[in-house]
Amino acid sequence: MKFLLRGGFALLTAITYCAQAETEKLTIYTYSSFVSDWGPGPAVKKAFERDCNCELDFVGLEDGAALLSRLQLEGRHSKADIILGLDTNLTTEAAATGLLAPHGLNIDELDLSIDWTDDVFLPYDYGHFAFVYDSEALAVVPGSLEALVQDTSGPQLIIQDPRTSTPGLGLLLWIRVVFGDDAPLAWSQLAPRILTVTAGWSTAYGLFLEGEAPLVLSYTTSPAYHRHVEGTDRYRAAAFSEGHYAQIEVAAKLADSPHQALADRFLVFMLSPAFQDLIPTTNWMFPAGRTSQPLPDAFTGLVQPTRTLLIEPEQVAAHRRAWVREWLEVLGR
Amino acid sequence: MARSPGPLTRKFYAIARISWPGVVSALFLLLLIGATFTVLLIGSGPIRLINDLGKDPYLRQVVGFTLWQASLSTLLSIGMAIPVARAFARQPSFPGRRLVLQLLGLPVVTPVIVAVLGIIAVYGQSGILRDGLQLLGLSWSGRFYGLTGILVAHVFFNFPLSVRMLLPAWDRIPSENWRLASQLGMNSRQLFRWLEWPALTSVLPGTAAVVFLLCFSSFAVVLVLGGGPSATTIEVAIYQALRFEFDPPRAAALALGQLGICTALVLGLHHWIRAQSISRGLASGARYRPDADQSIHRSFDLAVIGLTSTFVALPLAAIVYAGCTGPLSSVLLDSRLWAAAGRSVGIALAAAAVALSLAAGLLVTSRHLVFQLRRRTESDVLQIAGSITLAVPPMVTGTGLFLLLLPLGIAFDLAVLVIILVNATLVLPYMMRTVGPAFLDAGHRYDRLCRQLGMSGWYRLRLADWPIIRRPLGFAVALCATLSVGDMGVAALFDTSGAITLPVLLYHRLGAYRFDEAAVTALALIVLCAVVFLVVDRGIGRWHS
Amino acid sequence: MAFLTLKNLRFRQGTWQFAIDAKIERNSCTAIIGPSGAGKSTLLSLIAGFERPERGAIFVDAEDITALAPALRPVTILFQENNLFAHLTLARNIGLGRHPGLQLSAEDKTRIEEAVAAVGLDGLEDRLPESVSGGERQRAALARCLCQDRAVLLLDEPFNSLDPALRHEMRSLVDRLRRERCLTVLLVSHNPEEAAEIADTALFMHGGQILERGNLEELLKRPRTSQLAHYLGQSRE
Repeated sequence: MKFLLRGGFALLTAITYCAQAETEKLTIYTYSSFVSDWGPGPAVKKAFERDCNCELDFVGLEDGAALLSRLQLEGRHSKADIILGLDTNLTTEAAATGLLAPHGLNIDELDLSIDWTDDVFLPYDYGHFAFVYDSEALAVVPGSLEALVQDTSGPQLIIQDPRTSTPGLGLLLWIRVVFGDDAPLAWSQLAPRILTVTAGWSTAYGLFLEGEAPLVLSYTTSPAYHRHVEGTDRYRAAAFSEGHYAQIEVAAKLADSPHQALADRFLVFMLSPAFQDLIPTTNWMFPAGRTSQPLPDAFTGLVQPTRTLLIEPEQVAAHRRAWVREWLEVLGR
Repeated sequence: MARSPGPLTRKFYAIARISWPGVVSALFLLLLIGATFTVLLIGSGPIRLINDLGKDPYLRQVVGFTLWQASLSTLLSIGMAIPVARAFARQPSFPGRRLVLQLLGLPVVTPVIVAVLGIIAVYGQSGILRDGLQLLGLSWSGRFYGLTGILVAHVFFNFPLSVRMLLPAWDRIPSENWRLASQLGMNSRQLFRWLEWPALTSVLPGTAAVVFLLCFSSFAVVLVLGGGPSATTIEVAIYQALRFEFDPPRAAALALGQLGICTALVLGLHHWIRAQSISRGLASGARYRPDADQSIHRSFDLAVIGLTSTFVALPLAAIVYAGCTGPLSSVLLDSRLWAAAGRSVGIALAAAAVALSLAAGLLVTSRHLVFQLRRRTESDVLQIAGSITLAVPPMVTGTGLFLLLLPLGIAFDLAVLVIILVNATLVLPYMMRTVGPAFLDAGHRYDRLCRQLGMSGWYRLRLADWPIIRRPLGFAVALCATLSVGDMGVAALFDTSGAITLPVLLYHRLGAYRFDEAAVTALALIVLCAVVFLVVDRGIGRWHS
Repeated sequence: MAFLTLKNLRFRQGTWQFAIDAKIERNSCTAIIGPSGAGKSTLLSLIAGFERPERGAIFVDAEDITALAPALRPVTILFQENNLFAHLTLARNIGLGRHPGLQLSAEDKTRIEEAVAAVGLDGLEDRLPESVSGGERQRAALARCLCQDRAVLLLDEPFNSLDPALRHEMRSLVDRLRRERCLTVLLVSHNPEEAAEIADTALFMHGGQILERGNLEELLKRPRTSQLAHYLGQSRE
């Protein structure tokens, strides 16, 4: 009986949901961890809908890099008004689709914590990739990417697919920066210890927390979550002597979106404290805009990269396909 | 005297007038497959295709792995199925035999993605089995993702199927042979060598061929359990080329490759596949055999059967348990679940209806050709047309239609329509094989009587055919709808907010690592499948004219 | 002119040739005898309309029926088996003889009752074929044929699977109905002696042709061709 009632209730919700479709609806394509219950999505939706008289609809894809191929697939008929979650490694290719519109904001007036000049994409957070380990399962922590790669008896690890995931792509570029043309060799040394390659960060991190592997590709900021929420130091990021590859996550609006004004409004909202305040404790990254309060304590004492590594977007755009092909070939063996 | 339009023209019109249903169905299929092929050929560019398949080492690896895993899966499934089928044949009566055999029928109709979830929960890296082994002081540290996981899942689906396909072989051994063997004092091994193996050889190739084909074009299993580029099948590579890399030519080239290999396989294995029919019947196996009652054999058989049931039941039970103890209310109150469920049922029923119409056209005309026009060849052509989609994997058709619609910008708008169409072609061979024999049998028995009495069209369908095909038809439509509800392949390709089916929703939750929600969704999907099956099967099966 | 005329009929199945000329008188009972493969059943199929001849014509009462569909010919037929739909009651099976969609008028129902009475099936109308005996099944089929009101009745060895006593009974029934209703009967038989009980004339077929025709008793006593002698010699063993 209870079950029936619930079913009926759900049906009613669905019907009222349809009836409400008259209010303006802003559709944002993003990655799945952004829209998850513990991610920024629910709070962002609530905060933005409070005074926009609109509905914010997040569509969560596997991960950030999947946004680009989805954009290319859907072309001018995309249902998205905004894509949120690409990073600088993909901006050149994304802009080349011609599907995105300039944000039209005066960057000098924006209070950004990073250097930024792009007129299409706006950054909302940034961080550094790192391998996060379970200190209860891993005794010897590699001190460099080289050590991790070359220790053939090293721990198993979980990584993401560079074709769908921005962290996955980040690692591909990280290894490219550190090993240069020897990158395929490095991958072949690493390959036997890769437990699985997931499509998105969420799956990878979930498997890691289940104890499937002691090491996972994530961010220097990931331990802050465990400290802040769980009060534990068990999960830590490994500091690598070569430096850490950086990620700046960005959003842009679509040129063909029928909701231009609302999309603009969201982009401004995205850089306001109302949005930026949520980033550190939901997306567990560093906010790119001004916040109303300092970073939580959990962010102090995180791994500070000795060097920040980043390949120019144009260069990534020129080589990404070839490098991914190379990666596929090595891991496919 | 003026000459009539000519006997040939008249004959042509006469044939066309009664053959149009089959011609329309066949043309539809031909057009669909032809369009797919053309789009893929143009999309990939013949030169590019040769380059890709010839030079790209990754693609060669993918093709190699696809064949390798399919061979291993077939070998394992069949290898395990023989002793288990033998155990069932040797023990024709023990309490629960029917139930266990029905349990073995479940994996085939369980949505792949659901079963995969259950398999991870039981046999996965941190599954129940591993915990159990640890309790016993054993440990196993192999990688589950990759070949191991794929093989476990493929065996889970195909080993019970093989058992059920092999079992009827024992019915073909005449009871006199058993008595004779008993007279000659044959032991268990000799019985196998001289009686059972010869009977098995008539069904083994067909069973192996079906299993190989299923594993060859496996999609969801590899997508979830593959764990990276080292374990990718062609179907998954097609999906990734489109969804991950936005590389339509590569997707087209891969789809062409898949089409080519599959067609070659089906043509090569056609002789054996054709002999396999799909039925709900279970072999009785009730024969006297000299070694059945020896206690050592009996305990061995029962142990084998027990292990088999556990292997199959555990993942299903794990899903039901996790689903019941999961966040029921929050998942069930989510309107997305209901929207996806409604969409899935709608797609499934529409796909079954399309498949039924196509099958009806082909069968009606095929029967006409055999019994009234005596054109067996043409009739066979129509029958084969109904099975042709076996050689054209749904992912290939889906890719073709996707690439056809992509430049028009309506690929995602027509997603639901395409999924219906592709699912219809996916289930058409099942439909032909379940309804076909009954329909032809009705013709065999009553064609002349009907013509004598002037029963044609609606009268004939209602009074002569319906009572005979009602049950197999109900079963076929129910089976097709259920398979379609649980299928994820093309739905994943067209994954867009307006076309998310329940399996795709489940895949999303799995991808977002929400195992508890995924379990509840999986449970909902199982219940949905069961309801669809029962309602359709009973609804049609008990509907009297 | 004879009632049923087969004029210069030609038919081919693969390499097998069939060529027939025959005249059958009204209200007669003709036995068609001959070895297996002689074309006896093909002859009935051609008359009933299940097969179309390549050349030639079939006349019934001076009307050319060659191009008519089986249901439109003044012909009805009793097969060896499958004369009744297993899933319909005897009454409904018989009713199909009146209307192919079972939309029966009051008159139809009376006719059905008459036919049931004529073959002696009273009280069994609502049974399914599987729940009555083989003889009763063929009686029901015969009743269905009667309901069709056709002048020509073709019997394709319908009584073969019955016991000798039942066969005899069915033959007398057919003989009685033929006289009462002025039917023209063609009967394929493997057993000339039995056929002689009701048939006056006979056609002997061999290799797709009629080799001998005439009075059945005469043919049995004095075969003119070696083939018939051979056939009868075998059948007597």
